[in-house]
Amino acid sequence: MSKISVKDLNLYYGDFQALKNINLNIEEKKVTALIGPSGCGKSTFLRTLNRMNDLIDGVKTEGYLHLEDQDIYRSDVDVVALRRRVGMVFQKPNPFPKSIYENVVYGPRRYGIKEKKQLDEIVERSLKEAALWDEAKDRLHKSALGLSGGQQQRLCIARALAMRPEVILMDEPTSALDPIATSKIEDLIETLKENYTIVIVTHSMQQAARISDKTAFFLMGEMIEFDDTSKIFTAPRDQRTEDYVTGRFG
Amino acid sequence: MIRENFDNDIKSLSSDVLRMMDMTSNILVEAIRCLQEQDLDGARNVFRLDDEIDSLMDYVEEKCIELIALQQPAAKDLRILFSLIKMVTDLERMGDYCVNIAREVIAIGKEPLMKELRDIPKMRDIILVMIENTKKSFEEENPYLAMKVGEEDEIIDEIYKDIYNEVLLKIHENRDNITQGAKLLFIGRYLERIADHLTNVCEKIVYISKGERVEIN
Repeated sequence: MSKISVKDLNLYYGDFQALKNINLNIEEKKVTALIGPSGCGKSTFLRTLNRMNDLIDGVKTEGYLHLEDQDIYRSDVDVVALRRRVGMVFQKPNPFPKSIYENVVYGPRRYGIKEKKQLDEIVERSLKEAALWDEAKDRLHKSALGLSGGQQQRLCIARALAMRPEVILMDEPTSALDPIATSKIEDLIETLKENYTIVIVTHSMQQAARISDKTAFFLMGEMIEFDDTSKIFTAPRDQRTEDYVTGRFG
Repeated sequence: MIRENFDNDIKSLSSDVLRMMDMTSNILVEAIRCLQEQDLDGARNVFRLDDEIDSLMDYVEEKCIELIALQQPAAKDLRILFSLIKMVTDLERMGDYCVNIAREVIAIGKEPLMKELRDIPKMRDIILVMIENTKKSFEEENPYLAMKVGEEDEIIDEIYKDIYNEVLLKIHENRDNITQGAKLLFIGRYLERIADHLTNVCEKIVYISKGERVEIN
C-alpha cells in the first residue's frame, strides 16, 4: 500500500530545476532508499516530503504529492502538523543542549502535553523504540551532549518518534558515525519499519542494499530507476543505474 | 577509468574459466581416445588432467570470494562473480565424469570390445562443439548462442537412448556381454551428464548478460 504518492513533481531553486518530473509511490512500513551522486536531487526530494524546502528562499514546487489522501502542497496545509506526521533525522546528530529527557519531550511539550506521567511514558517508549533506553535510563536528566555520536543520533530518532510520526525521513543518518554505531542505527531501522514508513538518503550503497526494501536512483534531478532493492543491486534495468551501483560512474 | 584493477581481475578470472573449458575439452578427448585405443596408461593419465582442473577451480573460487569480500560487487559484477563460482563447479564435475570414464576403460582392460564404438565418439564430437559454442557465447556475452547449446544437448540425450537400447539388445543376445555392456552404458550416461553440466554453464552465461534465470535442457 502506498503511503506517499508522487506524480509529476518538479522543483526549482530560482531558475535551476533541481527535480524533474519525479513519479513514485512510497510504500507503507517499508524502507525506501534514495541513492545517487552528490547534487542529484535525492536530499531535495526527501525534503519535499515534509515541505522542508519551504524554508529556502526562491523554491518553487509543482506537481502532485500526497501523504495518503492529504495533498501536502495545498496552501492551507498546516506545515507544523505535516511535520508531526512526517518526522526527520539529519546527517549530523543535532540534540538540543538540554537533558536527554528534555530532548525527547521537546516536541510533545510544544504540542501541549504537560502531564508528567504522560511525558515520562513518552520518554520511555521513544527511547525504547530508538534502542537507547538501556543506555540512557539512568542518566535521563543529564546533558544529551554527553552521549556518544551514535547515541546522540539514536536520541534524535527518539525525539522524532516522540511525536508518533507515520513517516520518518533520514538524511544520511550514519555518515558521521563509526561502523558499530552505524550498524546499531541500521538494526534500529529494521525494527522501526514494523511501525513506520522510512525514507532514507544514503551515500553508502552497501547501506542502501542492507537496509532498504525499495531503492530509487537519482541522477541530475531525474529519478532514473525505482525498484526492489534486490533488483537494483543484482540486475538493474538502466545502464546508468548499473554504472552507479557498480562504482563505474563518471 | 574507474575500477580498472577490478575490471582487470574479472577479465583475468574470465580467461581462467575459458582455459578451464579448454581443459575439459582435452580431458574428454583423451578419455574417449583411451577407450577407443584401450590405452590403460593414458587412462591413468586422465586422473592427472583432472587434478589440474580441480586446482584451477580452487583458484577461481578463492579469487572470486576474495573479490566479493574486498570489492563488494553489485549488479553485473556480482552476477559475473557468482556465475563464475557456479560455472567452475560444473566444469569440474565434467572433469570428474571423464575420470569415471577412464576408470571404466581401466576396468575393461584389454578385453575385446563387444561392439564397434560409433555413438560414444559421436557424443564426444557433439559435446566438443557444445563446449566451443559455450566458450564463444561466454567470450561474446551472447545469451542466444548459449541458449542454442541446449538444442545440442537434446541430440546427446537421443544418442544416449540409442546406446542404451543397443547395449541392452547385445546383452539379450549374449549374457557374456553383461559386464562390459554395463560399463559402456555407464560411459554413455557419463557423457550425457557432461552435456547437462555444460547446459548449466550456459544458463549462467545467460544470467550474466541478461540477469534472468533460465532453464536450458
